[in-house]
Amino acid sequence: MSCLQAAVSAVEHTSVVIDTKERSRDRGVGADVSRPDGVPKVQGRFAFSSDLWADNFLWGHTLRSPHPSALISNIDIGPALAFGGVHAVLLASDVPGQLNFGLDHQDQPVLAADQVRYVGEPVALVAAEHPDIARRAAEAIVVNYEVIAPLTDSEVASEAPPMHPDGNVIRRLGIRHGDLSLTGEVVVEGSYEVGMQDQAFMGPESGMALPEEDGGVELFVSTQWLHVDRSQIAACLGLAEEQVRITLAGVGGAFGAREDLSLQVHLCLLAQHTQKPVKMVYSRDESFLGHVHRHPAKMWYRHHADRQGHLIKVEARIVLDGGAYASSSAAVIANASCFAAGPYKVLAAEVEGLAVRTNNPPCGAMRGFGAVQTCFAHEAQMDKLAAALGMDPVELRLLNALAPGDRLITGQVITGAFPVAEVIRQCAQAPSPVLPPTNDYRDLPGGSGRTTKAEDTVRGTGFAVGFKNLMFSEGFDDYSSAACRVSNGVATITCACAEVGQGFVTLAQQIARTELSVDEVILAPAQTVTSKSAGSTSASRQTWMSGGAVQAACRKEREQILSDVGAKWDVSPDGLVLRDGMVVCIDGQRQASLAQLTAEQDYEADVVFRHVPTQTLDENGQGNIHVSFACAAHRVIVDVDPDLGLVRVRDITTAQDVGRILNPTQALGQIEGGIAQGVGLALMEEIVLDDGLVRNNSFTDYVIPTTLDMPEVTIAAFIEEPEPGAPYGAKGIGEPPTISSSAAVAAAVRDATGLSLERIPIRPYDIALADH
Amino acid sequence: MSNSNSLYINPYSLRVNGANREVADSQVSESLLFVLRERLGCTGTKNACTEGECGSCVVLVDGVLTCSCLVLAATVVGREITTIEGLGIAESADEKLLDERGGLLPVQQAFVDEGAVQCGFCTPGLIVAVHDLLEANPNPSEGDVREALSGNLCRCTGYGRILAAVRSACEQMRSPL
Repeated sequence: MSCLQAAVSAVEHTSVVIDTKERSRDRGVGADVSRPDGVPKVQGRFAFSSDLWADNFLWGHTLRSPHPSALISNIDIGPALAFGGVHAVLLASDVPGQLNFGLDHQDQPVLAADQVRYVGEPVALVAAEHPDIARRAAEAIVVNYEVIAPLTDSEVASEAPPMHPDGNVIRRLGIRHGDLSLTGEVVVEGSYEVGMQDQAFMGPESGMALPEEDGGVELFVSTQWLHVDRSQIAACLGLAEEQVRITLAGVGGAFGAREDLSLQVHLCLLAQHTQKPVKMVYSRDESFLGHVHRHPAKMWYRHHADRQGHLIKVEARIVLDGGAYASSSAAVIANASCFAAGPYKVLAAEVEGLAVRTNNPPCGAMRGFGAVQTCFAHEAQMDKLAAALGMDPVELRLLNALAPGDRLITGQVITGAFPVAEVIRQCAQAPSPVLPPTNDYRDLPGGSGRTTKAEDTVRGTGFAVGFKNLMFSEGFDDYSSAACRVSNGVATITCACAEVGQGFVTLAQQIARTELSVDEVILAPAQTVTSKSAGSTSASRQTWMSGGAVQAACRKEREQILSDVGAKWDVSPDGLVLRDGMVVCIDGQRQASLAQLTAEQDYEADVVFRHVPTQTLDENGQGNIHVSFACAAHRVIVDVDPDLGLVRVRDITTAQDVGRILNPTQALGQIEGGIAQGVGLALMEEIVLDDGLVRNNSFTDYVIPTTLDMPEVTIAAFIEEPEPGAPYGAKGIGEPPTISSSAAVAAAVRDATGLSLERIPIRPYDIALADH
Repeated sequence: MSNSNSLYINPYSLRVNGANREVADSQVSESLLFVLRERLGCTGTKNACTEGECGSCVVLVDGVLTCSCLVLAATVVGREITTIEGLGIAESADEKLLDERGGLLPVQQAFVDEGAVQCGFCTPGLIVAVHDLLEANPNPSEGDVREALSGNLCRCTGYGRILAAVRSACEQMRSPL
């Protein structure tokens, strides 16, 4: 099928590899190896999911609800079908299988049938020969809506009439830990709020579906988890899973927004109905409506401490606005609640977590996954407590820092590496940068707007610590799979791990080089046909899980090779090593090249890799539900123009618990990038809602940090305490940078202004118009 | 109901990376970005916002850095258009050369070496923007670089490695090997 080949060849760029100049020992685990897809990416040759092409393909377009809540009384598709070049117009009644999809809970319609519950909910699909025709035809569909007053206040949602057949409460959980009758001599209280953040990946949702002769469908798409997409798509299409064949197309960032389905089922439906390849590319305004966001949070806290500053009890109520459908809200509220007290020892805790449905846009996964919201609150509380005690805020945190052997508020005893005190100490002790007064407008609040004079600014410093779990928790059967083949001295790794930019492709090659002493490592395309599930590229889990799977596959392979050579040479495999591309006998007598050995015979191994099982929470919110944890600390210096409410972040210093660094440059890139998203949440990023309507779904109005907003990031230390059970001791590092950076920026602005600032993002009017 | 087919216009020719390229079956509403990507196969030019805010689509039109999403393709007939594919030797080189990492501009090599590329969606636009900056100013200050690149959004890197790559490229260009 020529169109299929065209699409496949476009995707093959994603596995461009190979540099044979250097030896493996220089490019294995721990080395500063550059990305295998770096060259095609700098040349514009790397094929993203929006770059696909096939003969005679059609363009798909989605008609979306303009109302946050309405009943649909009638839909007339006649005007759309009248357009020349339109090949299909589909409605909910055209969905052949399960009508709803969802990650945890199938509550979200593929297409709205008789009711819409958020602005942007898909109602109809069009396939046409030109994207403008598809869009205009979709706009010509007549939908009669009976508008209903939307439910938009998360705090009243649990008591409001149900806006979904499954009710308005997605999950309510309570954590009751220790002696709840305890009280502290010093008590501080606060209410905090976090706005709705968007992942704002650069590569819009896009992909191409091609009909298959067996009635199945081939899909090329950007996603975070191929196999969970497949099971949801197959259910909605009424197909066997094997009939849905997914290949990862080049992914332009993810950050959680590609965990849920967006256009996957829609593309497949259109391809099946038209029997032609169909491509879809969301525009940016559509992308803002087409994926889940970070949950807005409303939080109330009360901290109790003794006079010396020891935490006695933390009380918290957390309400997350899940929007119209469940997505991963149940897991997000669990994280928010479990980490509500921060990385601190506390004798007693009482936390009530609630995730609700509203008619706001659905919320789900975003980098930090619930821990970001509560970190903002618990760190504000720690500063408040330090002020009440007359203590240095860093000292207060050190005094209470969790360590291995301590218990979380969920009762779980921390095992493994968890250097909270060390990240605090290293970050706090790092020399402060010298930032002399400047009149370079680019370093001043307001930047190129040239609104601020240096003498009108005030400076502040803030500090925050955060942590979260690595990998999936609460008893989830979390695994990855990988296969390794060695032929002619070249290793080929096959794994369905979604490379979304984080650099797994580099690490997989480094691991194979280290384990097999090969130079060349080819990564096969990530596909459902060739691989079992690798699990999700989320929860900071792929370095550990898919890295662990690749390591285990390579080790299994190495054992086979050494066992065969040992048999041939009549020596024990224990007396053989793989070094510099050679199998060498430690007696120094014999050696053979791996290239030659594997020219005579291909070696293949595949493995499924699991982390230790976890438990579920009991009725008191207690249980060993997590596998492992990672923490980080951030210190931020800001300059603020208090009259205009403008902030310029001048420096961010961080120390992070990383287990072990497998690639220093990539680690740095993850940390800098994660911090930028934290800065964005603290100062500028919020999806503005007005009674359920999204007011700023564009990069003109939803502003993310640019080169002029981001300061230099200083790494005070990577704390390398190897984590037992993790490959080479390496922890995932993607999320901690985002967790406490927002809190530290907010603390710095509080320090500069003296304002309480209990909400992020901090808007100019929160400063300029505050009651002093 | 209007007949959409009437929006198609006569074939025209664009000059892209030094070659004349025929554009057939095009609608008048098509942006330069759309024509480059969907009609001429130059998919290196990216489409992150299509409203002139993100810089992922920048190309050179007669040497001027331009958001190709904001320009109707039919209005740049006769102008010299340079895309990411026209920088270095990406367009003309054979695959073998490319696999040996030959033909990269110093800034492209620096982006690879310094870890300035993660997902890579912003990368082609940034390469074009940095190339444009360094052509005009081979010794930019940190502030100049930050200001010149402030129209190119990146969501993965936080810009640290990108700025390091620009510094490295400047050094290489000052003292080539």
